Amino acid sequence: MLREHFRQELRQLEQELLKMGKRVITAVRESVGALQALDVERARHVIADDEVINGCRAEIEEKTIQLIATQQPVASDLRELIAFLDLIVNLERMGDHAKGIAQIAQMHGSQPLLKPLIDIPRMAERVCAMIEDSLQAFLTRDIDLAQAVIERDNEIDKFHERILGELLSFMLHDPEAIRRATFLIWAAHNMERIADRATNICERIRFLVNPDDKTFFHP
Amino acid sequence: MEKGIIQTVKLNLFYDQFQALIDIDMEVPARRITAMIGPSGCGKSTLLRVFNRMNDMIDGVTVTGEVRIDGKNIFAPSTDLIALREKVGMVFQRPNPFPLSIYQNITFGLEVHALGNKREYSAQVQKALQDVILWDALKDRLNQSALDLSLEQQQRLCIARVLTMKPRIILMDEPCSALDPIATMRIEELMQELKKDYTIVIVTHNMQQAARASDFTAFMYLGKLIEFGETGQVFTRPREQLTENYISGRFG
Repeated sequence: MLREHFRQELRQLEQELLKMGKRVITAVRESVGALQALDVERARHVIADDEVINGCRAEIEEKTIQLIATQQPVASDLRELIAFLDLIVNLERMGDHAKGIAQIAQMHGSQPLLKPLIDIPRMAERVCAMIEDSLQAFLTRDIDLAQAVIERDNEIDKFHERILGELLSFMLHDPEAIRRATFLIWAAHNMERIADRATNICERIRFLVNPDDKTFFHP
Repeated sequence: MEKGIIQTVKLNLFYDQFQALIDIDMEVPARRITAMIGPSGCGKSTLLRVFNRMNDMIDGVTVTGEVRIDGKNIFAPSTDLIALREKVGMVFQRPNPFPLSIYQNITFGLEVHALGNKREYSAQVQKALQDVILWDALKDRLNQSALDLSLEQQQRLCIARVLTMKPRIILMDEPCSALDPIATMRIEELMQELKKDYTIVIVTHNMQQAARASDFTAFMYLGKLIEFGETGQVFTRPREQLTENYISGRFG
């Protein structure tokens, strides 16, 4: 019964965060889909939706600040609200990276892709699962799941390195390929950054559950 | 937002020569909690007391302007004061139960106002005590003196006593100032329940209480209403510099 009102507000914020997260996951999938198909219209949608994601961030941030100002939270309540502020920044940046991939799809032009995309879409699927699991770990305060997501980032880094190596060899063999290879390197790099942001979220969850865990201050 | 249940129009109040309220124009929304804050002597308690004309009892008080409740000016000559105070109940700083049993405290108002049927009193006592979440704790000792209850229980009982009059508006004048923090929080939770059916106006010295427990906040200073707005807005981006200075502790 105590502070029931405050708990309700927190649950509502969680729902809003979840909605924002789902939009980000859609943006990531759609951006890679747009690149794969070189579909300029699909890319345009991703870019327009980024404004909606930014709006979600602004809204959650405002509500969080209001709760801090009006409810005087302490201890885990306070850490939870600070976590919201951190999570929305990470989600918003993921959205920016997805928008970046969509912009690459637009810049690419009508020339065919340098090679059929295989690894980047695979990477995207894994990254989307990481985002989903990081949000799930936040909602359930599941530090084991959070830790598992953090470890999965290594796999993404390996994808990134492999894609980079492959595209570099394309460039070495054919200077004509440099422009298109660079686009794909950017896309893979953005994807790798998105995974890092999911990792940030999971490190924040560890701190939320265990405030003595300061590992996230040493990236 | 639906029209305010209480509206003040160019309300001025004087204690003899001293002007305690200056041109107050305010609308209190129905079924919400409105907190009035401001430094001592700013007029917030005076304004609260205007809403059920408690100031009438003080010599030398003159009022100009209007206070409309449900659209009717409560200072109109035709106003039935007793009906007004049934409609607008009040809870005070220190719990003030009558030196009677718990049961009689609840039925007192019903008897005085000759409301309801005596055979239904038991049911009404139960309902009132349930509404303030006292029933389970007190149902087996309704004949004990109300003065033996804890301060928090006494304050809940006083709220229950107000509820039996079926008011639409409950005025609270620092209802938690005699209570410890846990009891305070419980009363605040109770207010959240009550606002589903009642309009609550609370005067508080405790700014944190206004912030966490109210939907709207009125900030008063030197007899003037400086700012009125949603509590979330007032405490994060007040429109007036004076409000900001006060809530951030720069004066007052």
